[in-house]
Amino acid sequence: MITRFILRALEGKIVFAVAILIGIAILVPALNLLTPPTSALHIPTYAMALFGKYLCYALLALALDLVWGYCGILSLGHGAFFALGGYAMGMYLMRQIGSRGVYGNPVLPDFMVFLNYKELPWFWYGMDWFVVAMAMVLLVPGLLAFVFGWFAFRSRVNGVYLSIITQAMTYALMLAFFRNDMGFGGNNGLTDFKDIIGFSVQADGTRAVLFALSALMLALCLVVASAITRSKFGKVLVGVRDAESRVRFLGFRVENIKLFTFVVSAMFAGIAGALFVPQVGIINPGEFAPANSIEVVVWTAVGGRGTLIGPIIGAILVNAGKSFFTGAFPEFWLFALGGLFIAVTLFLPRGIVGTIQHGFNARKALKAAAEAEKGRGDPDDVARAVQAAE
Amino acid sequence: MTSRLFLQAFQAILVLFVVTLAAPSFAQQGDPKPLIDQIGKADFAQAETLIGQIAATGDARVVPALQAFSDGDLYVRKSDSLVFIGKGSGANLDLTEPVTGASAGSAPKGAMTKLRINNNLRRAIRSAMGGLTLMSPDRGTRLAAADSVLRAPSAENLELLETAIAKETDGEVKTRMEEARAVSILSSDRPVEAKRAAITTIKGLGGREALGILSGAVATADPALKGELEASIKSINDTLALWDMVQNVWFGLSLGSVLLLAGIGLAITFGVMGIINMAHGEMVMLGAYCTYMVQHLIRTEAPWLFNWSLAIALPVAFLVTGAVGFVIERGIIRFLYGRPLETLLATWGVSLILQQAIRTIFGPTNQEVGNPSWMSGSFALGGLNITWNRLWILVFAVVIFFSLMALMKKSAYGLNMRAVTQNRRMASSMGIRTPWVDALTFALGSGIAGIAGVALSQIDNVSPNLGQSYIIDSFMVVVFGGVGNLWGTLVGALSLGVLNKFLEPSVGAVLGKILVLVLIILFIQKRPRGLFALKGRAVEA
Repeated sequence: MITRFILRALEGKIVFAVAILIGIAILVPALNLLTPPTSALHIPTYAMALFGKYLCYALLALALDLVWGYCGILSLGHGAFFALGGYAMGMYLMRQIGSRGVYGNPVLPDFMVFLNYKELPWFWYGMDWFVVAMAMVLLVPGLLAFVFGWFAFRSRVNGVYLSIITQAMTYALMLAFFRNDMGFGGNNGLTDFKDIIGFSVQADGTRAVLFALSALMLALCLVVASAITRSKFGKVLVGVRDAESRVRFLGFRVENIKLFTFVVSAMFAGIAGALFVPQVGIINPGEFAPANSIEVVVWTAVGGRGTLIGPIIGAILVNAGKSFFTGAFPEFWLFALGGLFIAVTLFLPRGIVGTIQHGFNARKALKAAAEAEKGRGDPDDVARAVQAAE
Repeated sequence: MTSRLFLQAFQAILVLFVVTLAAPSFAQQGDPKPLIDQIGKADFAQAETLIGQIAATGDARVVPALQAFSDGDLYVRKSDSLVFIGKGSGANLDLTEPVTGASAGSAPKGAMTKLRINNNLRRAIRSAMGGLTLMSPDRGTRLAAADSVLRAPSAENLELLETAIAKETDGEVKTRMEEARAVSILSSDRPVEAKRAAITTIKGLGGREALGILSGAVATADPALKGELEASIKSINDTLALWDMVQNVWFGLSLGSVLLLAGIGLAITFGVMGIINMAHGEMVMLGAYCTYMVQHLIRTEAPWLFNWSLAIALPVAFLVTGAVGFVIERGIIRFLYGRPLETLLATWGVSLILQQAIRTIFGPTNQEVGNPSWMSGSFALGGLNITWNRLWILVFAVVIFFSLMALMKKSAYGLNMRAVTQNRRMASSMGIRTPWVDALTFALGSGIAGIAGVALSQIDNVSPNLGQSYIIDSFMVVVFGGVGNLWGTLVGALSLGVLNKFLEPSVGAVLGKILVLVLIILFIQKRPRGLFALKGRAVEA
């Protein structure tokens, strides 16, 4: 059954995207490690780390697309799940430093020694085990999404209200993580990482593996998301997005459908955060900033929501643009980003991929209609094509 | 004729006699000059006694000398051991007679010895001076003296204080002196009855100082007075707790008024029109920058207008931000009606552009916006210290709120606006130009955000990030109060402000804010439409 579930996910463009991602996962680290730095084909480590960061963002955008594009929940707090996943990974990496910190305390991370902690807070226990930490990467964002969604969806908070309270959620978490008393390093966050499962995070080999993992994880999540959206459940999901009351009247438990999607999406975001942290080398409360979460929305919107592939493209394009502009014309970046927000909502509401897909489907519908006119086509085909075009 | 002459001569002799008789007695009681000269030869302990004796002369002329002693400006001349006040830099000192204040020429530093001083002596001098200035002819000086005795009570001043009270005519100064006397009695060896009366006076005084004095007295007090003291301390503590509460309410209302100002424009654009205007905070920011520009112009062109700068800035800010709002509505938002989430994104884009534009023009740093004189300073109301700017902002917020209410409920434009928001197509059929009403309403909401910015520029940093710090709070206020209801915004803002300030003392500012956010999130679960929810068909629209 699971094979069928997965096989159904492998529609043409998803297969194509997965193939490209696997190709990138092999090619980029290979070019980085195996070619000499003088070679024209050589990819420098910093570029690989940068691209790896984009892939994490792409996974975050994919997570948002799952809830926004298919379920109509515009979460303005997805950055919170991303950051929580990042913090779980950061805690593991902090514990791996051991006695190599500035204060040389074998148990307590530097910032705790600095803040006069006498012993490890309870929530840091077990975080020195990789498996536990990785479980936390999934569980913490998932649990937050579950609790938050359970309350919100049951009381039918939706639309704009939901967006605003998700924003309040990430804002509250940001304020909380800025506090030193929280035991997460306060303002400075977690940084100065040394090892990940025994390998130095600075080493080229580790970075290459992390990059490959990011690409593969993105491919895996893409397949899972595609499987979800192309299943029967996915059809109901779209129904919830387009006519929530109607789906409810048909007897579906809308709140459970939303909750499931929201939790899965939060876990995706958590994975993205966990992959992000070792590649960037720091996690701090700034990741919770509401502005970050809104930026994720624009990546998704640029690429095209409800397309799964679109958000990936959008995230990579916008972030590449950001890296370019902030380097070349730092003044100009916010103008460009702001303009992009406006232009996309006004002129490209379907996003890049959505617009292409729409044009493609419209052509198909025209063709089918023309065939039908000649008396050769099947009227059902026309109806299907027209529906797809809309 | 002769008898008359005789009489005059007798009178003159009499006067002379009285004068000669009086003069030595005065000197005997204490001409301060020799006492001051003795300080030149005294050690610290003797100097302290001497200061007490100098103070006992009651001669106010010694104040400058004592002050100079305390400041380390008192010198003794090596040649004749006389004491002078010495001032001046370089090798020479300008000398002044310590009592008369007459100039006594100058002397090289080498010929003088500086009188050493320690903290103990300084304290003695302070209390001596407090006593001495009690009888100064100047009312302000007397009041200050009574205050200084009140702060540093000492039993030695008591008699002086009582003399002063007997002579005092000014009511306020007299009360202050009575209080100072009560405080001094507590540390003296007066009978228990007098102390009991003193405790009652101090209790009436109230406040933290009285509390400190009474708690300090508990340890050394007569056992008979212990009960009295403790009862007074408790009573003062109760009063203080009450004032603390009142103060929290006031701080809360003040914060609430800021939230109200920030939220009220949003209550129009979001609450009434249903537009998620993420650029709302930037409208506030633009209003604050308008204030800055107006003040900047006034400073350079017409400084005498400075106290009017806010009054001038108000219409300017309203028009500028209103115009920006109008352009945003016509240029962007009108294409997005019915797609609230996309409006959110587009207006977020607008907010980024506005922020960056201001940053490019004015720079990323804080701009200085001054308080006009009528908004500076503070006044005390019971145990409450109220700053004028906070009070004016509260008044201003309430005035804005009610004017807006009147505009919406009483004017023809308000009627059109409500008609359009309630049923757009019906309103349109009735001949209302709905697009025009939309644009004006959005401009109104933005303009109000702008004048909120004028007020907030008085208490917040005017920087390009100003708006960002208000946007989430204002959304919370509007959602909490209930969308589409101005009263909800008022109640929401004030109650959130008060709640925040009541949480703050026990859990700290940041945690208090987090708790408020969590509470709002939970509250929305319970009442998804806010405190004052709209009922009926409008809900689904």
